[in-house]
Amino acid sequence: MGMRRVAIVGAGMTKFVRRALETGPELAWEAASRALASCDLRLSDIDGVVLGTAPDAFDAVHMKGEYLSDGAGAWRKPYIRTYVGGGTGVFSVIQGWYHVASGVFDTCLVVCEEKMSSHIPHPQGAFITIFDHILERPLGPNLLWIFAMEMNAYMNRYGLRKEDIAYVAVKNKRNAADHPAAMLGVRDITIKDVLDSPVLAWPVQRMDVSPIADGAVAVVLAADHVARRVTDKPVWIEGVGWNVDTTYWTNRDLSYPTYLEEAARMAYRMAGIKEPRKEIHVVEPYDPFDYKELHHLEGLLLADRGKAPEDAATGRFDRDNENHPDWLPSSPSGGLLGVGNPIAAAGLMKVAEIFWQLRGEAGDRQIPGNPKRGLAQAWGDLMQIGTVVILGV
Amino acid sequence: MTMEQWVYPSVYVKEDDFREGRVLYTTWQPRLFYAWDRGTAIGRFLAELKQGRIVGRRCRRCRRVVVPPRMFCEHCFRPNDEWVPLADTGTVITFSRCYITWDMRRLEHPQIPAVIAIDGASPGVGFLHHLGEVDPEAVHIGMKVKAVWKPADQREGAITDILYFKPMTE
Amino acid sequence: MEKVNIVTQAQPWVDRFPLTGRYTYGVAGERFFRELKENGRFFGTRCTACDVVYVPPRLYCLRCFAPLEEWVEVPSTGTVHTFTVVHQDLDEAPLPTPEVIAFVQIDGCDGGLVHRLGEVAPEDVYIGMSVEAVLKPTAERQGGLTDIAYFRPTLR
Repeated sequence: MGMRRVAIVGAGMTKFVRRALETGPELAWEAASRALASCDLRLSDIDGVVLGTAPDAFDAVHMKGEYLSDGAGAWRKPYIRTYVGGGTGVFSVIQGWYHVASGVFDTCLVVCEEKMSSHIPHPQGAFITIFDHILERPLGPNLLWIFAMEMNAYMNRYGLRKEDIAYVAVKNKRNAADHPAAMLGVRDITIKDVLDSPVLAWPVQRMDVSPIADGAVAVVLAADHVARRVTDKPVWIEGVGWNVDTTYWTNRDLSYPTYLEEAARMAYRMAGIKEPRKEIHVVEPYDPFDYKELHHLEGLLLADRGKAPEDAATGRFDRDNENHPDWLPSSPSGGLLGVGNPIAAAGLMKVAEIFWQLRGEAGDRQIPGNPKRGLAQAWGDLMQIGTVVILGV
Repeated sequence: MTMEQWVYPSVYVKEDDFREGRVLYTTWQPRLFYAWDRGTAIGRFLAELKQGRIVGRRCRRCRRVVVPPRMFCEHCFRPNDEWVPLADTGTVITFSRCYITWDMRRLEHPQIPAVIAIDGASPGVGFLHHLGEVDPEAVHIGMKVKAVWKPADQREGAITDILYFKPMTE
Repeated sequence: MEKVNIVTQAQPWVDRFPLTGRYTYGVAGERFFRELKENGRFFGTRCTACDVVYVPPRLYCLRCFAPLEEWVEVPSTGTVHTFTVVHQDLDEAPLPTPEVIAFVQIDGCDGGLVHRLGEVAPEDVYIGMSVEAVLKPTAERQGGLTDIAYFRPTLR
């Protein structure tokens, strides 16, 4: 297609916290300046900037793009803010990728930020604006309704047990105990802890949900010839995909994420992947809820429909279970459930984790066996968009 | 070398820090009052609700009957064709029992939001509403339900002209 | 089905968003407003490499992205860089008294503050006018932009 190869050459992030003293632009700068330092580049080496952030309402600041631009390093540079709801974190990398792949830029700084503590009494005041203003908000909804109902549809379709789904929360919160930026890593959590946590909107209980957070993440993209000069360990963007389903969410089957399968097939095709279960060595599926990681593993064609919970129970997705015949470490970072969920930043954190895993720089979270290819995925808008990036070394 | 050095230790603030004056802040309530047009399809839908009726739209090409109604078929990407009267009964295709409000206050008795596939629309096609007059633990996917309407003189052309859906006696 | 008169249905659906923002001032802003509240002083941060003093202060230089650690006290006087005279409120109702809103460039700095001008008739304001901050009494200051009551022409 005449596109250039693009690599990720650096990554940085803030610690994820429930409430940060920092303003949004300060968080963005903390992550962006760490990312640049990680690859010894200066702001003057950057040709263009992509900023990802969820709805304006989440920081309680309108026009978040311009608000965050200085902190994202965009002063007097080509700059764009991108947004596909929760899918934004991974989509921002896709947008950075086509800036560089097209030949427009040689380097691109991609920054994602969210400061959800800016809402009182609760960020739900912003979240509920996703519901239709005429047909749904008069019913007094809260955000959890829609996810609880998707989880219920998924469980009912395949006869799934809550304990098999809760395993994901346990796995991810344990994994996050080794992440230096995590806000909710817990080494000794058990399935019983999850099943005993308060019911919020059945079947969703407190510990099935990722915690809201403040934070920022940044990565640096470079074209082939620059990447090789900057680092001896470039991590190549081998495939990207994205796809959206209907906004009429009460008109479709919620038990399977068809939009994600479409996005994944697009990315696999671009990466030349024929057998994803063999060719993907590590995966970071989007896990704002524990069931979503499993739902997404199925949509990514990395597990059979309705079978991901069973696979999880066998330890297939554990970080250090390399003797499992179908081993596929999933969310080694600890995911949104463990590291925290500053929406757009959480998605980009997943891309950064694959970057660090493929370079062997993930520290105590490093999965064994020199993984060569990984996939990061996010999900958003009205439960309807899938965004996928495949990285390789 | 690991990624740890590229994590910036941002400053964590506790709720007490605001209360006790250790952190300065400002608050703002934006004046977000909106007047949205109902539009052609939803305007008609609401007007029919006021009359105690549920209506959908049919696309003659793909033969889907959809509710909430819209004036175009997003599959065929053409104007759809006609209004279709639907029943005020349907099937629960998913639901939740919700114990919290939007601002995270605890509810003693759960709300039961559900997606109800409306009889007369295409299979699996419906809208969001509450269930009522039902033991929360007895609700199940596949349950047949019927709309409970507000008295005619209190209806205002809103989704809340249906109070909730209740189980149909079998 | 009976026909519905579209025109009578053209009524809007009215609602509001229950949003209240609570904003911290950030690492740099916290120190700026703390000094203003407690000591009635203005501070900025300097980037030596770019030869810029930021007021309000920033944690980082937007030009070179370096962290800014050098805090310098700056005067509470400045120059009207530009201004406007506002005659209506947000609902377009006339204000009892027109307000002068100015961007005041703080002396010796690259930035400044947008604020009200006081103790001056709108027709006497001009670009380049020297002004000084009038602070609220210490007891009334809460740590925010309105700890400055307004700027007024510098007395000569």
